Amino acid sequence: MPKSQVVSIHPVTRIEGQARVDIHLDESGRVSDARVAISALRGFEQFVVGRPAEEIPRIVSRICGICPWMHHLAAVKAVDGCFGAVPPPTGQLLRELCQVIAHIHDKILHFFFLAAPDFVLGPDGDYSVRNIMGLVRQEPELAARVARMRQLGQAMLARFAGKSIHPVAGVAGGFSKPMLETERRELAADALVLLDFASFALDYAKRSVFSRFREELQSLGAITTGFLGAVDAQGNLQLYDGLLRLMRPDGSWVDFPASDYERHLAEQVEPWSYAKMVYAKSWGEGFSLNPAAPMGVYRVNTLARLNVCGQIATPRAQAELEDFRAQFGRPAQGTLLYHWARLIELVYACERTVELLADERITDPLVRTPAEPKAGRGIGHVEAPRGTLIHDYSTDDNGCITRANLIVGTTHNIAPMNLSVRQAAASLICDGEVSESILNRIEMAIRAYDP
Amino acid sequence: MLPRLSFECLHGCSGCEMALLDCGEQLLGLLDRVEIVHFPLLMDHKYHNPLSGASDEEGEIILPEAEIGLVSGGVANVEQLQVARALRAQCRTLISLGTCATHGGIPALRNQWTSEETLQTVFAYGSPEKALLPSEVPALLDRVYSVDEQVAVDVALPGCPPRPEMMLEVIEALLRRESPDLAHKSVCETCPVIRKGKGQGQGTMQRFLANADYDPEEPVEQMRCLLEQGLLCMGPVTAGGCGGRETPLCIRARVPCRGCYGPVRPGGNQLLDMMNGLASNGIDYRSLVDRKSLLRFSGGHGLLKPARKRKESN
Repeated sequence: MPKSQVVSIHPVTRIEGQARVDIHLDESGRVSDARVAISALRGFEQFVVGRPAEEIPRIVSRICGICPWMHHLAAVKAVDGCFGAVPPPTGQLLRELCQVIAHIHDKILHFFFLAAPDFVLGPDGDYSVRNIMGLVRQEPELAARVARMRQLGQAMLARFAGKSIHPVAGVAGGFSKPMLETERRELAADALVLLDFASFALDYAKRSVFSRFREELQSLGAITTGFLGAVDAQGNLQLYDGLLRLMRPDGSWVDFPASDYERHLAEQVEPWSYAKMVYAKSWGEGFSLNPAAPMGVYRVNTLARLNVCGQIATPRAQAELEDFRAQFGRPAQGTLLYHWARLIELVYACERTVELLADERITDPLVRTPAEPKAGRGIGHVEAPRGTLIHDYSTDDNGCITRANLIVGTTHNIAPMNLSVRQAAASLICDGEVSESILNRIEMAIRAYDP
Repeated sequence: MLPRLSFECLHGCSGCEMALLDCGEQLLGLLDRVEIVHFPLLMDHKYHNPLSGASDEEGEIILPEAEIGLVSGGVANVEQLQVARALRAQCRTLISLGTCATHGGIPALRNQWTSEETLQTVFAYGSPEKALLPSEVPALLDRVYSVDEQVAVDVALPGCPPRPEMMLEVIEALLRRESPDLAHKSVCETCPVIRKGKGQGQGTMQRFLANADYDPEEPVEQMRCLLEQGLLCMGPVTAGGCGGRETPLCIRARVPCRGCYGPVRPGGNQLLDMMNGLASNGIDYRSLVDRKSLLRFSGGHGLLKPARKRKESN
């Protein structure tokens, strides 16, 4: 065997999870392979077994401290399914409200705290200042506003639902407490503040960030894949509920209910990662990470949702979607466009929050239907910031879990992230020349996915 | 020179770090007075220099020196153990942050199974070949450990997540070279609901399948204690402080406490304490469906173990 070399990025930083990248160089210094490996396994699918299903939403929230609401709500929907519980309309509205508010802090966190330092301070800057602390020193007013707005989103959830991180208010059959008129009024005022900020954030990014990185938006980590996200019956973007829409790279699609996920998606284990990879089984081409001809690979998360939806039902986000499509087409494939799409979704999440708080049913006192434990199967789906999230539980006669399968947002994106990292590495590394700045650009391809 | 802070998240979920960010502008004020030398979630300091030419395979994890280290998450695989040791070696004061770090937290529920059983359950699923397990990844330890089971810890700050204000107070106290003031009160001691000292549950505990009995228009002070309503509430055996001086957070949502701050005293056992408490109030512990869940957040320290003979199939 010729002498080869492995360059590792360990850990990948300014992402939510724990990952490393191994770039394999052959004897001539060319990239022969590159892998993103997820290095931790917690085993939720094991340790929920045997527990009363109605307790699971308060356990699986701990899968992710950044998006605990999404796991909490996918779980309550799955438990509803197991028990055959049908929440009253206001129970559903309150859940959706919490879901869209929880998207707000996440998008602010991701864009400004994790990703923006690469753009605002530059991808080649000194690592010790290329971060939120550096941003605080360079742009103190912006940083203070960002910190305040993220905190406000979290505070709205805490004020209404007790806990914002690791929530407890979603329950089998509905919600644990109704909303009072005084609470509604205060939240509605805060939602307008956040909507203002969201519009500012997108304008700021378009003016001062994306305009300076036109080339990279399209080229860094660029790959061609399909997409998966949720829409309603009219094709509108959805975050809390709806049909799954699986789009092929050519833009054609099929819609199916989340309960049919096993007919369309399958999981594959690779020896170098604790995260399973999901692929589009229904395309009938199998799964391959061959960069020249990947098979079965689709993407989820912000860019995917904006690609699959026909339109967005709120006016400001819809205008932004039209502008985005006019510039990048549909489906847009550029990996760094995830950031742009993320800020459009931030606008949507704020608009939808305002809309839900204006719905007069939101203060109805009937928020929960008592649930009856029994044997069954329930498949709960929501759109998490990181993509389509599916919780699939089965229960025994006593309403305790016998089996659980969880497909979390990041899992769908493991395969495309690997392709993007390989593409970025192959295009940036020539003759075995690796620098700190090249490695950070490779990480930027990962950060776009917000894993 | 500014005091240096070093952060690590091991077998956790980053919720503690999110809670820290929930301090908002107050946190920015703190950041101005310290130097953060390592914090993978927010900055790009790595374990190894990838350009050193040395192979990473057996590479030692090297962290910078710091006055204060904060570690969230427990210790569950060989790499996390390496990081915990490296952090301990370089930090003058080490804080275990959050209940995973102080007591194992939710991930320590895995300790009811062997790591082989867990791997089989997770990877047999969705994969047609039953036994294909990842092999080129950091091996799992036999169980999930709290950080203090593996390295010496100076300050334990539990909570899932810890209260943001409390985290800042502890860091500020350490910066002033004072020892932080950590009170050991129970959740009940900070809970304002109506307690009559006698339950309404006829000697059994109900599952939380319907909402508690309360008037939403009335403040929480007018609600009857959830435990006395016959709902399992871990308040009596759980460290308080989640709501500061105000109502505990889950009670604000009108749902019972599940014990996320761990035991009231650091070495306590929430399962034994709760069973004793229930028995002395004449409540039949057999009415609890999943008694091991009384250790939902504190299964580290060897408290949760695999059953010797498992009759039911997994």
